Amino acid sequence: MAARDWNPLRRLLALPNESRTKTILVAFLVSAISAALVSGATVWLRPIQAANRAAEEQARIAALVQGIPGMSDLLEQSGGTLSTVVIDLDRGRAAAEVTPATLEAALADPANWTVLDAGQNIAGLGQRPNFVQVYLLRDGDTVSLLLLPLSGQGYGGRIDAIMALRGDMNTIAGIAVTQHSETPGLGARIEESSWRASFPGTELRDASGELRFRVARGPASGVHEVDGITGATRTGRGVTQMVRFWLGPDGYGPLLDAIERGEF
Amino acid sequence: MVARAPYWKTLTEPLIRQNPVTLQILGLCSALAVTTTLATALTMSVSLTIVVTLSCGIISLIRRHIPDTIRMIVQIVIIAAMVIVIDQFLQAYFAEISRALSVYVWLITTNCVVMARTETYASHNPPLPSMVDGFGYGLGYSLILMILGGLRELFGKGELFGAQVLPLADQGGWFTPLSLMLLAPSGFFLLGGMVWAIRSIRPEQAEAPEHTPPARMEPAQ
Repeated sequence: MAARDWNPLRRLLALPNESRTKTILVAFLVSAISAALVSGATVWLRPIQAANRAAEEQARIAALVQGIPGMSDLLEQSGGTLSTVVIDLDRGRAAAEVTPATLEAALADPANWTVLDAGQNIAGLGQRPNFVQVYLLRDGDTVSLLLLPLSGQGYGGRIDAIMALRGDMNTIAGIAVTQHSETPGLGARIEESSWRASFPGTELRDASGELRFRVARGPASGVHEVDGITGATRTGRGVTQMVRFWLGPDGYGPLLDAIERGEF
Repeated sequence: MVARAPYWKTLTEPLIRQNPVTLQILGLCSALAVTTTLATALTMSVSLTIVVTLSCGIISLIRRHIPDTIRMIVQIVIIAAMVIVIDQFLQAYFAEISRALSVYVWLITTNCVVMARTETYASHNPPLPSMVDGFGYGLGYSLILMILGGLRELFGKGELFGAQVLPLADQGGWFTPLSLMLLAPSGFFLLGGMVWAIRSIRPEQAEAPEHTPPARMEPAQ
Protein backbone atom coordinates (compact mmCIF):
# COMPACT_ATOMS: atom_id res chain seq x y z
CA MET A 1 0.00 0.00 0.00
CA ALA A 2 3.00 2.20 0.53
CA ALA A 3 3.56 2.13 -3.21
CA ARG A 4 1.93 5.38 -4.20
CA ASP A 5 2.52 7.20 -7.39
CA TRP A 6 3.76 10.29 -5.54
CA ASN A 7 6.70 8.45 -4.01
CA PRO A 8 9.60 9.77 -6.13
CA LEU A 9 11.82 6.74 -5.47
CA ARG A 10 9.13 4.35 -6.68
CA ARG A 11 8.49 6.51 -9.70
CA LEU A 12 12.21 6.52 -10.45
CA LEU A 13 12.54 2.76 -10.13
CA ALA A 14 9.49 2.24 -12.35
CA LEU A 15 11.07 4.22 -15.17
CA PRO A 16 12.52 2.19 -18.03
CA ASN A 17 16.24 1.61 -17.50
CA GLU A 18 17.21 3.32 -20.73
CA SER A 19 15.41 6.61 -20.02
CA ARG A 20 17.69 9.60 -19.72
CA THR A 21 16.26 10.70 -16.37
CA LYS A 22 16.89 7.36 -14.81
CA THR A 23 20.42 7.11 -16.22
CA ILE A 24 21.37 10.46 -14.75
CA LEU A 25 19.64 9.88 -11.42
CA VAL A 26 21.12 6.40 -10.96
CA ALA A 27 24.58 7.77 -11.75
CA PHE A 28 24.03 10.59 -9.27
CA LEU A 29 22.70 8.32 -6.52
CA VAL A 30 25.51 5.77 -6.88
CA SER A 31 28.14 8.53 -6.78
CA ALA A 32 26.54 10.24 -3.80
CA ILE A 33 26.29 7.04 -1.75
CA SER A 34 29.86 6.03 -2.66
CA ALA A 35 31.14 9.50 -1.77
CA ALA A 36 29.38 9.38 1.59
CA LEU A 37 30.86 5.95 2.28
CA VAL A 38 34.40 7.02 1.37
CA SER A 39 34.23 10.29 3.29
CA GLY A 40 32.75 8.53 6.29
CA ALA A 41 35.55 5.97 6.38
CA THR A 42 38.22 8.65 5.92
CA VAL A 43 36.89 10.91 8.66
CA TRP A 44 36.29 8.07 11.05
CA LEU A 45 39.74 6.49 10.57
CA ARG A 46 41.84 9.64 10.25
CA PRO A 47 42.75 9.97 13.97
CA ILE A 48 44.13 6.43 14.00
CA GLN A 49 46.10 7.04 10.80
CA ALA A 50 47.52 10.29 12.19
CA ALA A 51 48.58 8.46 15.35
CA ASN A 52 50.29 5.83 13.20
CA ARG A 53 52.19 8.46 11.25
CA ALA A 54 53.21 10.26 14.43
CA ALA A 55 54.44 6.98 15.92
CA GLU A 56 56.44 6.32 12.77
CA GLU A 57 58.00 9.77 12.93
CA GLN A 58 58.88 9.25 16.59
CA ALA A 59 60.50 5.93 15.67
CA ARG A 60 62.56 7.65 12.98
CA ILE A 61 63.63 10.40 15.37
CA ALA A 62 64.64 7.75 17.91
CA ALA A 63 66.60 5.89 15.22
CA LEU A 64 68.24 9.16 14.14
CA VAL A 65 69.36 9.95 17.69
CA GLN A 66 70.54 6.38 18.27
CA GLY A 67 72.65 6.57 15.12
CA ILE A 68 74.66 9.57 16.32
CA PRO A 69 77.81 8.45 18.15
CA GLY A 70 77.82 9.29 21.83
CA MET A 71 74.26 10.56 21.71
CA SER A 72 72.55 7.67 23.47
CA ASP A 73 74.76 8.21 26.56
CA LEU A 74 73.93 11.89 26.58
CA LEU A 75 70.27 11.07 26.16
CA GLU A 76 70.36 8.72 29.13
CA GLN A 77 71.99 11.36 31.33
CA SER A 78 69.25 13.82 30.51
CA GLY A 79 66.54 11.40 31.50
CA GLY A 80 66.11 9.55 28.24
CA THR A 81 63.87 12.01 26.46
CA LEU A 82 64.24 14.87 24.07
CA SER A 83 62.39 18.02 24.98
CA THR A 84 59.87 19.32 22.49
CA VAL A 85 59.60 23.05 21.90
CA VAL A 86 57.45 25.05 19.51
CA ILE A 87 59.55 27.76 17.92
CA ASP A 88 58.38 31.13 16.67
CA LEU A 89 60.49 31.29 13.51
CA ASP A 90 60.37 35.10 13.05
CA ARG A 91 61.60 35.85 16.53
CA GLY A 92 63.83 32.83 16.88
CA ARG A 93 62.67 31.76 20.30
CA ALA A 94 60.13 29.54 21.97
CA ALA A 95 56.59 30.55 21.09
CA ALA A 96 54.78 31.95 24.09
CA GLU A 97 51.21 31.17 23.21
CA VAL A 98 51.54 27.98 21.12
CA THR A 99 52.29 24.60 22.70
CA PRO A 100 52.83 21.26 20.90
CA ALA A 101 49.21 20.41 21.78
CA THR A 102 47.77 23.54 20.19
CA LEU A 103 50.21 23.64 17.25
CA GLU A 104 47.88 21.90 14.85
CA ALA A 105 45.04 24.29 15.61
CA ALA A 106 47.37 27.30 15.26
CA LEU A 107 48.58 26.15 11.83
CA ALA A 108 45.01 25.77 10.61
CA ASP A 109 44.82 29.57 10.76
CA PRO A 110 46.25 31.12 7.55
CA ALA A 111 47.41 34.12 9.58
CA ASN A 112 50.09 31.89 11.09
CA TRP A 113 51.68 31.25 7.70
CA THR A 114 54.12 33.52 5.90
CA VAL A 115 53.90 33.75 2.12
CA LEU A 116 57.37 33.65 0.59
CA ASP A 117 58.25 35.97 -2.29
CA ALA A 118 60.21 34.72 -5.30
CA GLY A 119 63.61 35.48 -3.81
CA GLN A 120 62.86 33.72 -0.53
CA ASN A 121 61.09 30.75 -2.05
CA ILE A 122 64.19 28.71 -2.80
CA ALA A 123 62.79 25.45 -1.41
CA GLY A 124 59.71 25.65 -3.64
CA LEU A 125 57.28 25.74 -0.73
CA GLY A 126 55.42 28.99 -1.50
CA GLN A 127 54.68 29.56 2.16
CA ARG A 128 56.04 28.45 5.49
CA PRO A 129 54.46 28.09 8.92
CA ASN A 130 55.38 30.64 11.57
CA PHE A 131 55.52 27.98 14.25
CA VAL A 132 57.50 24.75 14.06
CA GLN A 133 57.97 22.02 16.59
CA VAL A 134 61.64 21.17 17.15
CA TYR A 135 63.31 18.67 19.47
CA LEU A 136 66.37 19.43 21.53
CA LEU A 137 68.67 17.95 24.05
CA ARG A 138 70.32 20.10 26.70
CA ASP A 139 73.59 19.45 28.42
CA GLY A 140 73.46 21.72 31.43
CA ASP A 141 72.68 25.18 30.07
CA THR A 142 73.81 24.64 26.50
CA VAL A 143 71.95 22.92 23.71
CA SER A 144 73.92 19.83 22.71
CA LEU A 145 71.66 18.51 19.98
CA LEU A 146 68.93 20.15 17.95
CA LEU A 147 66.53 18.25 15.70
CA LEU A 148 64.93 20.42 13.03
CA PRO A 149 62.11 19.32 10.72
CA LEU A 150 62.71 20.41 7.12
CA SER A 151 60.56 20.21 4.05
CA GLY A 152 61.12 21.19 0.46
CA GLN A 153 60.23 20.41 -3.11
CA GLY A 154 62.09 17.43 -4.56
CA TYR A 155 61.78 15.97 -8.04
CA GLY A 156 58.63 13.91 -7.52
CA GLY A 157 56.99 15.89 -4.75
CA ARG A 158 57.60 17.20 -1.28
CA ILE A 159 60.47 15.86 0.80
CA ASP A 160 60.11 15.91 4.59
CA ALA A 161 63.19 15.33 6.68
CA ILE A 162 64.56 15.87 10.16
CA MET A 163 68.10 17.18 10.49
CA ALA A 164 70.16 16.86 13.66
CA LEU A 165 72.67 19.60 14.44
CA ARG A 166 75.46 19.38 16.99
CA GLY A 167 75.88 21.93 19.75
CA ASP A 168 77.98 24.27 17.59
CA MET A 169 74.88 24.72 15.35
CA ASN A 170 77.13 24.26 12.34
CA THR A 171 77.99 20.57 12.18
CA ILE A 172 75.35 18.15 10.93
CA ALA A 173 74.92 15.15 13.23
CA GLY A 174 72.57 13.20 10.99
CA ILE A 175 69.45 13.32 8.87
CA ALA A 176 66.29 11.23 8.62
CA VAL A 177 63.96 11.39 5.63
CA THR A 178 60.43 10.98 6.92
CA GLN A 179 58.48 11.34 3.69
CA HIS A 180 59.24 11.69 -0.01
CA SER A 181 57.93 10.68 -3.42
CA GLU A 182 61.17 10.47 -5.41
CA THR A 183 61.83 7.99 -8.21
CA PRO A 184 62.36 4.47 -6.79
CA GLY A 185 65.97 3.37 -7.28
CA LEU A 186 67.23 6.89 -8.04
CA GLY A 187 66.01 9.81 -5.94
CA ALA A 188 64.35 7.47 -3.47
CA ARG A 189 67.84 6.48 -2.34
CA ILE A 190 67.84 9.58 -0.12
CA GLU A 191 66.02 7.29 2.31
CA GLU A 192 68.86 4.75 2.38
CA SER A 193 71.29 4.80 5.25
CA SER A 194 74.27 4.55 2.87
CA TRP A 195 73.49 8.00 1.47
CA ARG A 196 72.46 9.54 4.77
CA ALA A 197 75.77 8.33 6.23
CA SER A 198 77.58 11.09 4.34
CA PHE A 199 75.76 13.79 6.34
CA PRO A 200 77.31 13.45 9.83
CA GLY A 201 80.31 15.75 10.15
CA THR A 202 79.35 17.94 7.20
CA GLU A 203 79.46 21.65 8.05
CA LEU A 204 76.83 24.16 7.04
CA ARG A 205 78.73 27.46 6.98
CA ASP A 206 82.24 28.61 6.22
CA ALA A 207 84.31 30.87 8.47
CA SER A 208 82.55 34.01 7.20
CA GLY A 209 79.17 32.60 8.19
CA GLU A 210 77.88 32.02 4.66
CA LEU A 211 75.76 28.92 4.04
CA ARG A 212 77.91 26.64 1.90
CA PHE A 213 76.16 23.29 2.33
CA ARG A 214 75.25 21.47 -0.84
CA VAL A 215 74.68 18.04 -2.31
CA ALA A 216 77.55 17.58 -4.75
CA ARG A 217 77.27 16.29 -8.29
CA GLY A 218 79.19 13.09 -7.76
CA PRO A 219 81.46 12.50 -4.78
CA ALA A 220 81.69 15.21 -2.14
CA SER A 221 84.69 17.55 -2.23
CA GLY A 222 85.26 19.49 0.92
CA VAL A 223 83.65 19.68 4.31
CA HIS A 224 80.52 21.51 3.14
CA GLU A 225 79.34 18.89 0.65
CA VAL A 226 77.68 15.50 0.76
CA ASP A 227 77.82 12.90 -2.01
CA GLY A 228 75.39 13.27 -4.87
CA ILE A 229 73.25 10.40 -6.14
CA THR A 230 73.93 9.46 -9.76
CA GLY A 231 70.83 10.03 -11.87
CA ALA A 232 69.09 12.09 -9.21
CA THR A 233 70.48 15.57 -9.82
CA ARG A 234 67.17 17.29 -9.23
CA THR A 235 66.52 15.40 -6.01
CA GLY A 236 69.98 16.46 -4.84
CA ARG A 237 69.28 20.06 -5.76
CA GLY A 238 65.96 19.84 -3.91
CA VAL A 239 67.76 18.68 -0.77
CA THR A 240 70.36 21.45 -1.13
CA GLN A 241 67.68 24.13 -1.49
CA MET A 242 65.65 22.65 1.36
CA VAL A 243 68.61 22.77 3.76
CA ARG A 244 69.66 26.24 2.59
CA PHE A 245 66.14 27.62 2.99
CA TRP A 246 65.45 26.18 6.42
CA LEU A 247 68.84 26.96 7.92
CA GLY A 248 68.90 30.40 6.34
CA PRO A 249 67.42 33.70 7.57
CA ASP A 250 63.84 32.79 6.55
CA GLY A 251 63.95 29.46 8.36
CA TYR A 252 65.73 28.58 11.56
CA GLY A 253 68.41 31.29 11.13
CA PRO A 254 67.13 33.53 13.98
CA LEU A 255 66.83 30.47 16.26
CA LEU A 256 70.36 29.28 15.50
CA ASP A 257 71.72 32.80 16.16
CA ALA A 258 69.89 32.94 19.48
CA ILE A 259 71.27 29.55 20.51
CA GLU A 260 74.80 30.59 19.55
CA ARG A 261 74.45 33.77 21.62
CA GLY A 262 73.37 31.53 24.47
CA GLU A 263 69.99 33.23 24.72
CA PHE A 264 67.89 30.19 24.21
CA MET B 1 19.89 -29.59 1.21
CA VAL B 2 18.65 -29.16 -2.29
CA ALA B 3 19.55 -25.49 -2.28
CA ARG B 4 22.96 -26.01 -0.72
CA ALA B 5 24.48 -28.05 -3.51
CA PRO B 6 24.58 -25.28 -6.15
CA TYR B 7 26.03 -22.80 -3.65
CA TRP B 8 28.71 -25.28 -2.72
CA LYS B 9 29.47 -25.80 -6.40
CA THR B 10 29.55 -22.03 -7.03
CA LEU B 11 31.95 -21.66 -4.13
CA THR B 12 34.38 -24.46 -4.97
CA GLU B 13 34.32 -24.21 -8.75
CA PRO B 14 36.77 -21.24 -8.88
CA LEU B 15 39.32 -22.89 -6.59
CA ILE B 16 40.93 -25.13 -9.22
CA ARG B 17 38.54 -25.87 -12.06
CA GLN B 18 37.71 -22.25 -12.91
CA ASN B 19 40.58 -20.59 -11.13
CA PRO B 20 40.73 -16.91 -12.11
CA VAL B 21 44.53 -16.80 -12.14
CA THR B 22 45.63 -20.12 -13.58
CA LEU B 23 42.75 -20.79 -15.96
CA GLN B 24 41.48 -17.34 -16.87
CA ILE B 25 44.91 -15.68 -16.46
CA LEU B 26 43.39 -12.64 -14.71
CA GLY B 27 44.84 -10.41 -12.00
CA LEU B 28 48.45 -11.29 -12.82
CA CYS B 29 49.92 -7.86 -12.07
CA SER B 30 49.08 -8.01 -8.39
CA ALA B 31 49.71 -11.75 -8.19
CA LEU B 32 53.32 -11.16 -9.24
CA ALA B 33 53.92 -7.94 -7.35
CA VAL B 34 52.71 -8.64 -3.84
CA THR B 35 53.80 -12.26 -3.41
CA THR B 36 57.34 -11.68 -2.16
CA THR B 37 56.20 -12.42 1.39
CA LEU B 38 53.27 -14.36 2.79
CA ALA B 39 52.07 -11.48 4.95
CA THR B 40 51.54 -9.09 2.01
CA ALA B 41 50.04 -11.90 -0.08
CA LEU B 42 47.59 -12.68 2.72
CA THR B 43 46.58 -9.03 3.19
CA MET B 44 46.08 -8.62 -0.54
CA SER B 45 44.05 -11.83 -0.70
CA VAL B 46 41.79 -10.84 2.18
CA SER B 47 41.31 -7.31 0.78
CA LEU B 48 40.45 -8.58 -2.68
CA THR B 49 38.10 -11.25 -1.34
CA ILE B 50 36.21 -8.67 0.74
CA VAL B 51 36.05 -6.20 -2.14
CA VAL B 52 34.85 -8.76 -4.68
CA THR B 53 32.25 -10.25 -2.31
CA LEU B 54 30.79 -6.89 -1.26
CA SER B 55 30.81 -5.38 -4.75
CA CYS B 56 29.13 -8.47 -6.19
CA GLY B 57 26.44 -8.24 -3.50
CA ILE B 58 25.79 -4.51 -4.01
CA ILE B 59 25.82 -4.67 -7.79
CA SER B 60 23.54 -7.68 -7.75
CA LEU B 61 21.10 -5.82 -5.47
CA ILE B 62 20.69 -2.95 -7.91
CA ARG B 63 21.24 -4.99 -11.07
CA ARG B 64 17.71 -4.39 -12.41
CA HIS B 65 18.12 -0.64 -12.14
CA ILE B 66 21.55 -0.11 -13.64
CA PRO B 67 21.07 1.53 -17.05
CA ASP B 68 22.92 -0.46 -19.67
CA THR B 69 24.68 2.58 -21.09
CA ILE B 70 26.55 3.37 -17.86
CA ARG B 71 26.77 -0.07 -16.28
CA MET B 72 30.58 -0.33 -16.36
CA ILE B 73 30.95 3.14 -14.83
CA VAL B 74 28.50 2.32 -12.05
CA GLN B 75 30.34 -0.93 -11.33
CA ILE B 76 33.73 0.77 -11.24
CA VAL B 77 32.45 3.52 -8.92
CA ILE B 78 31.11 0.92 -6.48
CA ILE B 79 34.29 -1.16 -6.62
CA ALA B 80 36.47 1.94 -6.22
CA ALA B 81 34.50 3.08 -3.18
CA MET B 82 34.96 -0.36 -1.58
CA VAL B 83 38.68 -0.29 -2.34
CA ILE B 84 39.19 3.16 -0.81
CA VAL B 85 37.36 2.12 2.35
CA ILE B 86 39.51 -1.01 2.62
CA ASP B 87 42.66 1.02 1.96
CA GLN B 88 41.77 3.54 4.68
CA PHE B 89 41.12 0.67 7.03
CA LEU B 90 44.50 -0.91 6.25
CA GLN B 91 46.27 2.43 6.72
CA ALA B 92 44.66 2.78 10.12
CA TYR B 93 45.10 -0.71 11.51
CA PHE B 94 47.86 -2.33 9.43
CA ALA B 95 50.14 0.63 8.65
CA GLU B 96 53.26 -1.51 8.03
CA ILE B 97 51.56 -3.85 5.59
CA SER B 98 49.75 -0.96 3.93
CA ARG B 99 53.12 0.60 3.13
CA ALA B 100 54.44 -2.71 1.78
CA LEU B 101 51.42 -3.09 -0.52
CA SER B 102 51.67 0.56 -1.63
CA VAL B 103 49.70 1.13 -4.83
CA TYR B 104 48.50 -2.44 -5.27
CA VAL B 105 45.56 -1.96 -2.94
CA TRP B 106 44.28 0.87 -5.15
CA LEU B 107 44.88 -1.34 -8.16
CA ILE B 108 42.25 -3.78 -6.89
CA THR B 109 39.86 -1.30 -8.54
CA THR B 110 41.07 -2.36 -11.94
CA ASN B 111 41.72 -5.97 -10.99
CA CYS B 112 40.19 -8.06 -13.76
CA VAL B 113 38.95 -10.69 -11.31
CA VAL B 114 36.59 -8.20 -9.67
CA MET B 115 35.38 -6.68 -12.94
CA ALA B 116 34.90 -10.11 -14.48
CA ARG B 117 32.69 -11.33 -11.66
CA THR B 118 30.54 -8.22 -11.34
CA GLU B 119 30.06 -7.95 -15.10
CA THR B 120 29.48 -11.59 -15.98
CA TYR B 121 27.81 -12.99 -12.87
CA ALA B 122 26.55 -10.41 -10.40
CA SER B 123 24.69 -8.33 -12.96
CA HIS B 124 22.52 -11.34 -13.92
CA ASN B 125 22.04 -13.21 -10.63
CA PRO B 126 20.41 -12.59 -7.23
CA PRO B 127 22.56 -11.20 -4.37
CA LEU B 128 23.23 -14.38 -2.38
CA PRO B 129 24.54 -16.53 -5.24
CA SER B 130 26.49 -13.51 -6.50
CA MET B 131 28.21 -13.03 -3.16
CA VAL B 132 28.99 -16.74 -2.92
CA ASP B 133 30.38 -16.60 -6.44
CA GLY B 134 32.47 -13.51 -5.66
CA PHE B 135 33.72 -15.08 -2.44
CA GLY B 136 34.66 -18.25 -4.30
CA TYR B 137 36.63 -16.33 -6.91
CA GLY B 138 38.28 -14.34 -4.13
CA LEU B 139 39.31 -17.63 -2.52
CA GLY B 140 40.59 -18.98 -5.84
CA TYR B 141 42.75 -15.88 -6.30
CA SER B 142 43.87 -16.10 -2.66
CA LEU B 143 44.86 -19.74 -3.03
CA ILE B 144 47.25 -18.96 -5.89
CA LEU B 145 48.62 -15.89 -4.08
CA MET B 146 49.28 -17.83 -0.90
CA ILE B 147 51.04 -20.67 -2.77
CA LEU B 148 53.18 -18.17 -4.71
CA GLY B 149 53.88 -16.08 -1.60
CA GLY B 150 54.76 -19.16 0.44
CA LEU B 151 57.15 -20.54 -2.17
CA ARG B 152 58.81 -17.20 -2.79
CA GLU B 153 59.27 -16.30 0.86
CA LEU B 154 60.45 -19.81 1.74
CA PHE B 155 63.07 -20.05 -0.99
CA GLY B 156 63.91 -16.36 -1.18
CA LYS B 157 64.48 -15.76 2.52
CA GLY B 158 64.05 -19.12 4.23
CA GLU B 159 61.14 -17.68 6.20
CA LEU B 160 57.39 -18.18 6.45
CA PHE B 161 55.35 -15.24 7.80
CA GLY B 162 58.64 -13.66 8.85
CA ALA B 163 59.69 -16.61 11.05
CA GLN B 164 62.92 -18.39 10.10
CA VAL B 165 62.12 -21.89 8.81
CA LEU B 166 65.25 -22.89 6.94
CA PRO B 167 68.54 -22.13 8.77
CA LEU B 168 70.53 -19.62 6.69
CA ALA B 169 74.08 -20.46 5.59
CA ASP B 170 75.51 -17.18 6.89
CA GLN B 171 74.08 -17.93 10.33
CA GLY B 172 75.55 -21.42 10.52
CA GLY B 173 72.75 -23.29 8.73
CA TRP B 174 72.74 -24.91 5.31
CA PHE B 175 70.28 -22.82 3.28
CA THR B 176 71.49 -20.17 0.85
CA PRO B 177 68.61 -17.83 -0.06
CA LEU B 178 67.75 -17.58 -3.74
CA SER B 179 67.50 -13.84 -4.22
CA LEU B 180 65.91 -14.42 -7.63
CA MET B 181 62.80 -15.62 -5.80
CA LEU B 182 62.24 -12.11 -4.46
CA LEU B 183 62.34 -10.55 -7.94
CA ALA B 184 59.33 -10.28 -10.23
CA PRO B 185 60.58 -12.79 -12.89
CA SER B 186 60.49 -15.67 -10.43
CA GLY B 187 56.79 -14.93 -9.91
CA PHE B 188 56.32 -15.49 -13.63
CA PHE B 189 58.31 -18.73 -13.60
CA LEU B 190 56.41 -20.14 -10.62
CA LEU B 191 53.03 -19.08 -11.99
CA GLY B 192 53.89 -20.55 -15.40
CA GLY B 193 54.94 -23.77 -13.71
CA MET B 194 51.67 -23.90 -11.78
CA VAL B 195 49.58 -23.32 -14.89
CA TRP B 196 51.48 -26.08 -16.68
CA ALA B 197 51.11 -28.48 -13.75
CA ILE B 198 47.36 -27.86 -13.40
CA ARG B 199 46.78 -28.22 -17.12
CA SER B 200 48.78 -31.46 -17.22
CA ILE B 201 46.61 -32.93 -14.48
CA ARG B 202 43.40 -31.53 -16.00
CA PRO B 203 43.91 -31.60 -19.77
CA GLU B 204 40.43 -30.14 -20.33
CA GLN B 205 41.82 -26.76 -19.19
CA ALA B 206 44.39 -26.62 -21.97
CA GLU B 207 43.36 -24.33 -24.79
CA ALA B 208 43.09 -25.70 -28.30
CA PRO B 209 45.85 -24.33 -30.53
CA GLU B 210 44.53 -21.36 -32.49
CA HIS B 211 45.99 -22.60 -35.74
CA THR B 212 47.97 -25.60 -36.87
CA PRO B 213 51.41 -24.73 -38.14
CA PRO B 214 51.94 -25.61 -41.81
CA ALA B 215 53.70 -28.90 -42.37
CA ARG B 216 56.54 -27.33 -44.33
CA MET B 217 57.41 -23.86 -45.49
CA GLU B 218 57.16 -23.04 -49.17
CA PRO B 219 60.45 -21.56 -50.31
CA ALA B 220 60.06 -17.85 -50.94
CA GLN B 221 59.91 -17.05 -54.61
